[in-house]
Amino acid sequence: MRALCWHGKGDIRCDTVPDPEIEDARDAIIRMTSCAICGSDLHLYNHFIPGMKDGDIMGHEFMGEVVEIGSSVSNLKVGDRIVVPFTIICGECEQCRRGNFSVCERTNRNASLAAKAFGHTTAGLFGYTHLTGGYAGGQAEYVRIPYADTTHVKVPEGLTDEQVLFLGDIFPTGWQAVVQCDIQPSDTVAIWGCGPVGQMAIRSAILLGAKQVVAIDCVPERLSMAQAGGATTIDFDEESVIERLNQLTNGKGPEKCIDAVGLEAHATRSIDSVVDRAKQAVMLESDRPHVLREMFYVCRPAGVVSVPGVYGGLIDKIPFGAVMNKGLTIRTGQTHVNRWTEDLLRRIQEGQIDPSFVITHTVGLDDGPEMYETFRDKKDGCIKVVLKPH
Amino acid sequence: MPHHQEAHRPAADTVARGLGWFSLGLGAVELLGAKSLARWMGLDKHEALIRAYGAREIATGIGLLTSRDPGPWMWGRVGGDALDLAILGTALSDRDAETDRVVFATAAVAGVTVIDVLCAQSLDASRRNESDRHWDYGDRSGLPRSPTQMRGVARDFEVPRDMRIPEALRPYDQAQRRPL
Repeated sequence: MRALCWHGKGDIRCDTVPDPEIEDARDAIIRMTSCAICGSDLHLYNHFIPGMKDGDIMGHEFMGEVVEIGSSVSNLKVGDRIVVPFTIICGECEQCRRGNFSVCERTNRNASLAAKAFGHTTAGLFGYTHLTGGYAGGQAEYVRIPYADTTHVKVPEGLTDEQVLFLGDIFPTGWQAVVQCDIQPSDTVAIWGCGPVGQMAIRSAILLGAKQVVAIDCVPERLSMAQAGGATTIDFDEESVIERLNQLTNGKGPEKCIDAVGLEAHATRSIDSVVDRAKQAVMLESDRPHVLREMFYVCRPAGVVSVPGVYGGLIDKIPFGAVMNKGLTIRTGQTHVNRWTEDLLRRIQEGQIDPSFVITHTVGLDDGPEMYETFRDKKDGCIKVVLKPH
Repeated sequence: MPHHQEAHRPAADTVARGLGWFSLGLGAVELLGAKSLARWMGLDKHEALIRAYGAREIATGIGLLTSRDPGPWMWGRVGGDALDLAILGTALSDRDAETDRVVFATAAVAGVTVIDVLCAQSLDASRRNESDRHWDYGDRSGLPRSPTQMRGVARDFEVPRDMRIPEALRPYDQAQRRPL
């Protein structure tokens, strides 16, 4: 089969690789109908996340049709259409029973590696680093789904791939980012980053009833999409984020702040980011935390900071004095996808939202490597790429 | 609606990468063969200068081949060409110079300079076109009605207990002495 494989920094190729096979009774194989390039794929593409190996198959946002199932999978049958959450879950461990699916204790087959890096294991993830299991990803014609009886969302009749594909990652990720802010009707929510997760967070904040949503970015088309979703926008190339946020909140700052940027904040737009980039180059720091610094500084005392953006390792010069003295609450984590999918699927069916609005490019798998470059460089108005493997 | 897009690398970009390889080759020749080159042109006393130019060419070549935007590096090449032409022009009045060979070298550098300028201008133009193109997604709300009308539609959602903000931090009505 064809698959997009990682071969080093900035080097993704469409290779021919062996077809996946059932390896365990809880496995299923799906034939891909749609998959997407996610913002966090770029952290692998740019090699900021360690633990990748030559030839790893990329992709953790995908859906398709079941073509084969293991002997103990009783709730799926051949022909079912499913969306696959990017977090692989057992459904039985203590964390899964609590709904903390992204820290499932059993699905990371490299649990000892994760424990060394993070102190404890986290869930296995598709198409990601070997720290999270090194499972083959979904930017391919076929993929094996481990723990398939729990790691799936069945797609009801009448919904297109484009409407439901993002249930596997960016929609629940944006939703969880807002849910963990516990939105109050009086809240101003500031969202850094108007990429796909930021866009979903903007709509989620509107649907959950925030009084004011402010979106921060510097890319005109992303800001225009943010405005369409109901956000007031700040172009950080044109004005001071801190000053504008204070102006929009009568000097009090936003109650809720969301980092939908993560470890690759623009390297040249602020002095601290330039210093972070230099440190990254000589391995003195792994991530660029400009957004975290700005959020901690501007967030209203007793406010909530929510971090869906991916961070990989170590960060410097964090104003934790501001966090402590202002009594901020920090909530973060990979997304507990299955905790939200039933509710979000209902909202899509009821027409409250159509997540396909974010798709700007649809191409075949062979064009995937070039689309990685286009997406990374934000060229050609690119916000979200969907790949059609067949 | 989503649109289909075929990605491609602009021609000027490809030429710039080609010139990057040319810079590497020329730089290596200047760096390693500075002595022979200086003798060939009758400019023995400029051997160190030729070697320095070789190092500059190699740096420019690496920049052209590794940067996402080769435009600034192309203008760097043009600057280097101007310097080369100035030095060669001075060399023409040098009594020890092999005039025919210096004229030949000057003509070659002038030819390359024309290519460099055209390529740099073309890269600038394509960058301007890219930034001038306005992608307006102002009609992509993803919501069935205006955001104002959709505000709070999902208030039926019950925030899980472990994700609620601490009671002590909830908005508080001082007059009523209770959470808002």
